[in-house]
Amino acid sequence: MLNLLNHLKTFPQGGVHPDDNKLSAKSHIQEISLPKIVYIPISQHIGKPAEPLVERGDTVKAGQIIAVHEGFVSANIHASVSGKVGKVEEIMDSSGFKKMAIAIRVKGDDWEEGIDRTPGLVKEIELNKKEILAKIMEMGVVGQGGAAFPSHVKLSVPEGKSADHLIVNGVECEPYLTADHRLMLEKPEEILVGTQILMKSLGVENAIIGIENNKKDAIKLLKKKSKDYRGIKIASLKVQYPQGGEKQLIKALLNREVPPGGLPIDVGCVVHNVGTTFSVYQAVQKNKPVIERVVTVTGKGLEKPSNFWVRVGTPVSHLIDAAGGLPENTGKVVSGGPMMGKALADISVPIAKATSGILIIPEYEAKRAKEYNCIRCGKCVEACPMGLEPFHMMLLAKKGFYEKAKEDNIMDCIECGSCSFECPSNRPIVDYMRLGKIMVKKLNN
Amino acid sequence: MSDSILYTILSLSALGAIAAIILYFVSRKFKVYEDPKIGNVEEVLPTTNCGGCGFPGCRAFAEAAVSKNDLSELHCPVGGNEVMKQVAEILGLEVEERDPYVAVVRCTGSVEYRKKTNIYDGAPNCTIAASLYSGDTGCAYGCVGLGECVDACQFDAMYMDEKTGLPVVIEDKCTACNACVTACPKEIMELWPQGRRNRKIYVGCVNTDKGGAARKVCEVACSGCAKCDEVCRYDAITIENNLARIDPELCKLCRKCVDVCDAHNIIAVNFPPKKERPPRKAKATAKKEDVDIIGMVKKENDKKDEA
Repeated sequence: MLNLLNHLKTFPQGGVHPDDNKLSAKSHIQEISLPKIVYIPISQHIGKPAEPLVERGDTVKAGQIIAVHEGFVSANIHASVSGKVGKVEEIMDSSGFKKMAIAIRVKGDDWEEGIDRTPGLVKEIELNKKEILAKIMEMGVVGQGGAAFPSHVKLSVPEGKSADHLIVNGVECEPYLTADHRLMLEKPEEILVGTQILMKSLGVENAIIGIENNKKDAIKLLKKKSKDYRGIKIASLKVQYPQGGEKQLIKALLNREVPPGGLPIDVGCVVHNVGTTFSVYQAVQKNKPVIERVVTVTGKGLEKPSNFWVRVGTPVSHLIDAAGGLPENTGKVVSGGPMMGKALADISVPIAKATSGILIIPEYEAKRAKEYNCIRCGKCVEACPMGLEPFHMMLLAKKGFYEKAKEDNIMDCIECGSCSFECPSNRPIVDYMRLGKIMVKKLNN
Repeated sequence: MSDSILYTILSLSALGAIAAIILYFVSRKFKVYEDPKIGNVEEVLPTTNCGGCGFPGCRAFAEAAVSKNDLSELHCPVGGNEVMKQVAEILGLEVEERDPYVAVVRCTGSVEYRKKTNIYDGAPNCTIAASLYSGDTGCAYGCVGLGECVDACQFDAMYMDEKTGLPVVIEDKCTACNACVTACPKEIMELWPQGRRNRKIYVGCVNTDKGGAARKVCEVACSGCAKCDEVCRYDAITIENNLARIDPELCKLCRKCVDVCDAHNIIAVNFPPKKERPPRKAKATAKKEDVDIIGMVKKENDKKDEA
C-alpha cells in the first residue's frame, strides 16, 4: 500500500538490489594534504590522448594547462598542483595499462591567475551559448560518472538532431560510493547553476535531476533550492541497480527508449553527471579547470570511510593513508564501485578525472566463489536491464560464436554486472560478455 | 482375393513408374555440375578443417584450388609439400616447394624470472585478462599464462608447462596452422621456419620497454643492448624499439649471439650440446685470436706460457 502511495519511478526491465553499504554518507568532504608528487595521465578521457606542452624541469602553477586536446574528441589537461615537472613517461594508471603521464613534484600551492577560488556563488550566467561550449572545452571538463567522455562533445548536438531535455544524473546507484551524494548536499546551488549553464548551452527548457530514494536528504535540499531556478525538476527514483545507467535513467524519467547502438540524443536527451555539472559551474563561472574532484574512500575494514577533495594525479595510496591506512585483511583495492569498478594492480596509480571512489574489499569478500554449471534458472535474464540473455551469450562467446552473439545484440550489454551478481552458480558471465564484445569489435574492423 | 493382390501390385508399379519419370526430368532440369576434381582434391587434403590455409575448411580450399587453377598462392600447411604435390598431380599443375614452419613461443619469462605482482582471479581466458589490465606481473608484453593458445590448438601440439607457467610447442605435432598465433592477445606466438635439422634460433622476448624498465620486471627480458647485433656476422639481427629480432632467412645458425646474451633469452632449439674443447686446442685457438680480441685471452696465454 505504502508503495502505491509513494510511487517511485524506475526502469521497467531487470535490475538488482545489492546492499547499499553507504558507509561514508555522513562524512563531510574534507580537504587533504597535497602529496609529494603527482602523476597526471595525458589520457584521462575517451578519445585521443592530449599533447603534452611542458617538458622536464619546467615550473608550473596549479590550473596551468599542461597538455592540449588533440582533435575534437579529446580534452585539455591542467596541472593540479604547483611545482616542477619531472619525467614525462609511461606509468600504470587506474585503467590498468601503461599510459603517458606527466609527473609534477609539488612545491607550495601557487595558483594560476584568473581562477576564482572564493566560495561565493555566482548566479548570473554572462557567457552566451558558444562561449560556454568553448569554456567547457578549454577547462577540460569530462564526464565524471566513470566513462570520462569529453563534455563538449556531448553538448555539441549533431545536425538533424535536437535535444528537449537535460537529465542530470545524481543517482549514484553503485553501492558504497557517496561522492555525488555529498556533493549534492554540500554544493546544491552550484549544481543548480551548473544545470542552468548546461540548459543554456543546449537550448533546452527542461532539466530533471534524478536522485535515488536512499538519498532523501539530498532530494529534500535540492527540491527546496530548485524553486528559485526555472525549468529544473527533481525526481526521486526507486533504489534499484543500475538506475544510474544512461539508458535506464532516460527510460525511468521520460519513458523513452534509446535504440540499440544509439545515443541519448537520438531520443532528445543529454545526460550529465552531477559531478560534471559542478565542474561545468566551476569552469564557466569561476574559470577553474577540472583539477580536483570528490573521491570516496571506503570499505568495511577501513578505519575512517571518508569523502575527500582530491587533486587529479594524487596517488591512491595517499588517499588510503588519509583514510586510516590499508587494513591488514585487504583482498582487493577497487577503483570505482563494487559492481562496475576495476581492481587495481598497484595502489600507487593516480586518481583521474573520472575516478569517483576507491573501495577496499576485505579478503573474505574479494575472492570469487567456485563456478558451477549453468542450471538454466533464468535469473540473469530477469536481472538484465537491457533485456538480453546473458547465460546464452556467455556460452556463445566462450565457444567462439561471435557472429551469432552480434546478431543477438551483445553490443547492447552495458557491463553492469547484474547477471553475475544474481547467478546462483557464480558464473563469470560479465567476463565472457566482455570477451564477446571485444571479439565482435575485432570482427567489425 | 488374388485379384486384389494383383491390382495392388499393378497400381503401385504404375505409381512408381510415373514417379520415376517425373524424378528423371526434375533431376535433369536441376542438375548442378560439380567438377569431380574438387572431390578428388578434398580426398588428399588432411580434412582437419583447421583454417591454416586461410579458407574456412578443406572443402573451400579444394574449391579454390580447382577454380583458380593456380597453386602459387595456395598452401596447406598441415599437409605440407607432400600433400601439395598430390594436389598438383590431380590438377595437372606444378607447385613450388615451401619451407615448413613451426610455431614458437616468444616469451621466456617463467614464474621464476618474472615475479607475480598481483593475482588475477577472473575468467581463465587470456583475451579477457589482457583486456582488463597489463597483467599479473610487471611485464605488460609477456605471456598471460592462461593457455588460450593451447585451447586453440587442434593438433594437441601445445601444453602449458606447470613449472614455468608458459606454453610449450611440441614440434613434431605442430602443423603451423596459425591458430595459436591468432588466439594469443599478446602476439607472442609466431610461425618460424623449421630450419635445417629442425634447428632454429629466435629471441624469446617481445618486451619493447627500455632496457632498465624491462629488466626490472623480468630477469630474462631483452634490453636491446645490441651485443648480439655486434657479434652477428651475417647481419641477421636488428634492434628495433629496444628489442632484438633475428631474421630467420639471414641467420646461419652459428649460435654466437646465444652465448653473448646477458639475459639468456636467445633460444637455440635442437642443437647438440656444446662440446667442451680439449685444453690443447683451446690454447691454439686462443693464440690465433689474441691479436684482435680481448685482453683476457692474452693474459691467460701469458700465464700458461709462464707456467
